[in-house]
Amino acid sequence: MTATQTNAVFKDHAADTRVKTKWWASRVAIYAALITWAIICLFPIFWTITTSFKLAPDVMKGNLIPWWDFTPRWKGWESIGISPRLIGEVSTVREEFLKRFWNSTVIAVSASLLAVILGSLAAYGLSRFNYRFGFMRNSDISFFFLSQMILPPVVLALPFLVLYKSLALLDTRIGLILLYTLMVLPIVIWIMRDQFQGIPVELEEAALVDGLGIWGSFFQIVLPIALPGMVAAFILSLVLCWNEYFFAALLTATNATTLPVMVASQTGSQGINWWSMAALSSAAILPLVIVAIFLEKYIIKGMAAGAVK
Amino acid sequence: MSTEGDLLHTVTADNISDQRRRLGKAMVWGSAGLCAALAIWQMMYETGRVASGFETWRPILYAYVLWAFALCAAQVIVNGEKGKRTLFVLPAALFVISLVVFPLLFALYISFTDWNLASPNGPQPNGWDNMVQMWNDGFYWNALKNMVYYVLAVSVEYVIAFGLALLLNAQIRARKFFRVVFLLPLMLSPVAVSWMIGKSMLEVRFGPISRLIRELGFEPSFFGNPEIARFMIMAMDAWTFIPFMMIMLLAGLQALPSEVIEASKVDGASGWQSFKEVIFPLMLPVSVTAVVIRIIFKLKLADVIINVTSGGPGGATDSVTSFIFREYRDRSNVGYGTLLAMVYLVLIVIFVTLLLKLVSRWMERPA
Repeated sequence: MTATQTNAVFKDHAADTRVKTKWWASRVAIYAALITWAIICLFPIFWTITTSFKLAPDVMKGNLIPWWDFTPRWKGWESIGISPRLIGEVSTVREEFLKRFWNSTVIAVSASLLAVILGSLAAYGLSRFNYRFGFMRNSDISFFFLSQMILPPVVLALPFLVLYKSLALLDTRIGLILLYTLMVLPIVIWIMRDQFQGIPVELEEAALVDGLGIWGSFFQIVLPIALPGMVAAFILSLVLCWNEYFFAALLTATNATTLPVMVASQTGSQGINWWSMAALSSAAILPLVIVAIFLEKYIIKGMAAGAVK
Repeated sequence: MSTEGDLLHTVTADNISDQRRRLGKAMVWGSAGLCAALAIWQMMYETGRVASGFETWRPILYAYVLWAFALCAAQVIVNGEKGKRTLFVLPAALFVISLVVFPLLFALYISFTDWNLASPNGPQPNGWDNMVQMWNDGFYWNALKNMVYYVLAVSVEYVIAFGLALLLNAQIRARKFFRVVFLLPLMLSPVAVSWMIGKSMLEVRFGPISRLIRELGFEPSFFGNPEIARFMIMAMDAWTFIPFMMIMLLAGLQALPSEVIEASKVDGASGWQSFKEVIFPLMLPVSVTAVVIRIIFKLKLADVIINVTSGGPGGATDSVTSFIFREYRDRSNVGYGTLLAMVYLVLIVIFVTLLLKLVSRWMERPA
């Protein structure tokens, strides 16, 4: 660039070129930092997914790049019964895996759905009406809901263990769904309250004038507007429920175990079986990685709500 | 939010007949009576005073749910339009109360018993014995001390997250790509992370990081030395949760009024000056929210520890949650474990209340 500038008609002043080099330096620094952190974020995921296609010698030699360092094999995925060779056959390991996967899906989806329903209703009520339950006013009720976030899971875990035992809810999906709903409810209320406060009351007033009831205007006017916020809350809850380990480890044994429990139980036994562990971990994280890639907008929206007032 | 009067005004002309009112009350009290009667019967059956009863407490749960629904329905039946308003909050409130308050009361009772699930004779109240045992339990205090370190680590996470948020807010290409990539660690379950990083990448013989360190001429050992082990746990937890703070801070940065920053540039502030004098002070409220929420999440830290080190070496990485988890898993000590958890809850409530008070005083605005 300097070579062309020396014989150009319009030359930059020396001071301007100094600014330019400074600008370039800052560009380089910014992109270097961005790429470094991107590698920090991506490498563990890359490592896990590639390891699931490795054999023992590849792991021991520390080969990293598929097709160049090592030839990918389906050995790891065969250990959970998912590979081109085994896909048509009956496989008990795959059934086991799919059962866990299905448990995780059912529990996460129903808990998030329940939390979004309960939480949206409560948030709407709190943002529109004044309540008095005994000494509690609106701000107290909001605080009561949000303060549940502080509650550490350990405090509830052991009483729930005993209670569920007498209610025959131990090792059932419903038991976990109830707990997970409780766990994400404060977050949903937090996000949704912010959403509803952003919707002008005049809309509902117009609906009321036109003859709708409170619930009618809520369902027909407010809900469609707040839908993106609800999706954000739902996805955030989904992520939290899918990844939950503590309650699942304590309260389930065989029937209702979720994927994280399965992953955790495999690490201890049979030494470190790299390829099968890697395949299992990849299978456990892939659904959410896909969710992150396609629904990133909603996740960010959900977390940003409430942070900025 | 306005404090006086409803934000959404409704004019109601309810004339509710006495019969309707009686019906509503009968529904609530009837179902409550049914629930109570079933509970008493079941209790008598379990203590052996009645010959027949249910196998489990499940029917009482159904009766309770029936009561909850009756209560919600009765709001509308008895109070009309006002009840419809109550109906928005009541389901969530009932849900939380029945799932938190009752178990907490129950936990309070358990924590003063010597209940061990392995022992045949159920819970026996043992007064302050658990408290004394806790007082002399070095591992519990050690776990609490570790929690202090873990919470302090949030400050470092905050600095990194702020830096990343600034980077993402700069004029860059492929912003969406970087945002998705930076968000990814948050999506991964801590259990998967503890295998991916803790058990495979940090594996001493074949892990890529160990290999790298050996190339550099050091002998890798990640979980032998207490300080390094604790640092590794902090790093793994930070790796998963930095995106969380980053997103909140990024949202804050994007909501900043651009005029102010431009004005500071016109006035000749350098990049660092405009950050220190303008951006950072304006970001304070968002920062406080992000840090407080992060601390609350940090206080629940357990999954990574349970799966990577199970508290070792010598309890150096134990968090309170993971310690209680093992107390239950290894020794089935429900009574003692619950007491530890209750004490932890009290400590957390005190700590978070103080934190919020301090923050609101410092920022001179109501929290």
